[in-house]
Amino acid sequence: MESPYQSLDLPPAMIATATAIDDWVVVWPVALSLLGAGLLVMLRRHRDMQLAFAVAIILAIVVSNVTLVLRVLETGPVAMTMGKWLPPFGITFGADMTSALFSLAASAAALFVAFYAQGEIDAREHRFGFYPMLLLLLCGVCGSFLTGDIFNLYVWFEVMLISSFGLLILGGRKVQLDGAVKYGFLNLLATAFFLATVAYLYGVTGTLNFADLVAKADTIPLGIMLTLAALFLFAFGVKAAAFPANAWLPASYHTPAVSVSAVFGGLLTKVGAYAIIRVLMFVLPEGRAALEPVIAVIAVATLLLGPIGALAQTNIRRAIGFLVIGGIGALFAGLSLGSMHGIGGAVFYGVHSILTITALYLAAGLVEKMSGTTEIRLMGGIYAANSLLSAVFIFLVFTISGLPPFLGFWPKLLLVEGGVRAGDWFIVSGLLLNSFITLIATSRIWLHVFWRNGPEGERSEQRNTMLRALSGAENRFGLPSVVVLAGLIAALGLFPDWLFNASGMAGFDMLDPSRYIAAVFVEVAQP
Amino acid sequence: MNTVIFRTVAPGIAALMLVFSVFVLLRGHNEPGGGFIGGLIGASGLAVYGIACGVREARKAMVVHPITIAGFGVFIAAISGLLPLFAEVPFLTGLWWIFELEGREIALSTPLIFDIGVYAAVVGAVSTIALTLESDEEHF
Repeated sequence: MESPYQSLDLPPAMIATATAIDDWVVVWPVALSLLGAGLLVMLRRHRDMQLAFAVAIILAIVVSNVTLVLRVLETGPVAMTMGKWLPPFGITFGADMTSALFSLAASAAALFVAFYAQGEIDAREHRFGFYPMLLLLLCGVCGSFLTGDIFNLYVWFEVMLISSFGLLILGGRKVQLDGAVKYGFLNLLATAFFLATVAYLYGVTGTLNFADLVAKADTIPLGIMLTLAALFLFAFGVKAAAFPANAWLPASYHTPAVSVSAVFGGLLTKVGAYAIIRVLMFVLPEGRAALEPVIAVIAVATLLLGPIGALAQTNIRRAIGFLVIGGIGALFAGLSLGSMHGIGGAVFYGVHSILTITALYLAAGLVEKMSGTTEIRLMGGIYAANSLLSAVFIFLVFTISGLPPFLGFWPKLLLVEGGVRAGDWFIVSGLLLNSFITLIATSRIWLHVFWRNGPEGERSEQRNTMLRALSGAENRFGLPSVVVLAGLIAALGLFPDWLFNASGMAGFDMLDPSRYIAAVFVEVAQP
Repeated sequence: MNTVIFRTVAPGIAALMLVFSVFVLLRGHNEPGGGFIGGLIGASGLAVYGIACGVREARKAMVVHPITIAGFGVFIAAISGLLPLFAEVPFLTGLWWIFELEGREIALSTPLIFDIGVYAAVVGAVSTIALTLESDEEHF
């Protein structure tokens, strides 16, 4: 396959066409969050303005992402190449349904976190730049989802990594620094591998643009292809916290502020999983096919290890950290199937996981605030103290375990159906066992934290005397964001039709890149 | 480091470096120079001033906190990327306004605004780091 630009007179193609304002939807998320981060850094002493500006900007990003999703649903992938350079040389931003859905879910989760944080972040953390760093993190995450260039993907990974370092140590407690060292070391290692592999890929193909790489990847000899695919699998696998490179996640995600945990757990690992799907499924499908047995083993091991780890934890946020890992297993399972159902299911699962994990962390944060501890063993009695929070939490327990008719059920259904059609019983049993163990692990948390009257070892009639009611700020900002986010998840679960359509389209465009390539090279196609 | 000679000369050196950094910034794009290297020279000037006269003096001389300058840089760099919106060309496309002023050709452009943004971001970020390393108290 030859890329279309080679046969054209380049300079006229470069200046001929005007860019419609509609096409800007692919860059708004990145441009707006950068703009907002700069603005909020300048205003960092004005605590009252931070929340209003941050929420306004993230809301604008959400609106832009909704427009993007609707546009992609209607007309297929959208692309724009920066600075009016030609696609393989200029940096392309391109969005197919996968990118658009992930970007939308991430910005929606960030919106709730920004609101929740107001009830949690103190004046000092405000001054040290919580909101600017949150916006920069969102910039990195959306940039990673929307970019159409593999080196640019590395740049957004860096943006994300740097702002996440800042957020992780905000507050400066000893345990945070300990977590940050583990997080930082493994992530830097993965990023270095990623960059080296990008260099290797560039050396082999001479291009970095996804759409152009798809065309050139056919000519790569199998040995080199296998090396590239394996290196990418390693680098992104560490980022996504897949087994066996998952140790850094539960060691660091419970240490920072709850809002930071939520945004990390919801967004960051999904970026790694998205990158692996984009690179192995879209750009190097032959490499994925060759590595399929490895990916299947990683997927099932991750699927099982996550909930089993959660079962063994007594720190509530550490336990949720293990659930994040279990979710990554489902995304890898979809990649291992490599079919329409598999990829569609993985994308659907990603959307579900971004929203549900964020909500779980936020709810767990309120539980920690009420009980004054992070230990599940010392909690208890919250059902009597705050029944709304208890109801939201049990709803999230059902959603994360994948019980019908909640949101978590539908992507699992797609994945299992894909597995059954392919006769891949290994993956199917992994997925079903994951749901089963997740249900045990999360209902155990609910039972101990909410249902039981008091701490472990006490007689059951005794009340938990350590409980306090939520403070004014937590009631104004924390609880509403958890409840509304849970409501959104419930609504998506009850009306999953459009998400089925959208993830079907995501799977289709991932397996058949021709529409994406046409969108990227559109300026060239009509000189 | 605070010998009389150094303390006397440092303000002059710092001023010279700051002027030179602006020269390097404006010279950029088609010739060697630009926002990044200009910003580094400017930040080094501020660091020299901080070493000679103390961090407190340096902060007072800068009026605003350096991290605010960095934020401003990111802000106007993003703005320069958005300006092409009105010309119906993609994000970050360079737009040029070339005109003659007293027989000389002056070129203003969005890449120049972007470069000024980079300059401010680098001056702000690097001098924040330098001044923090030079001082032993926490200013924020």
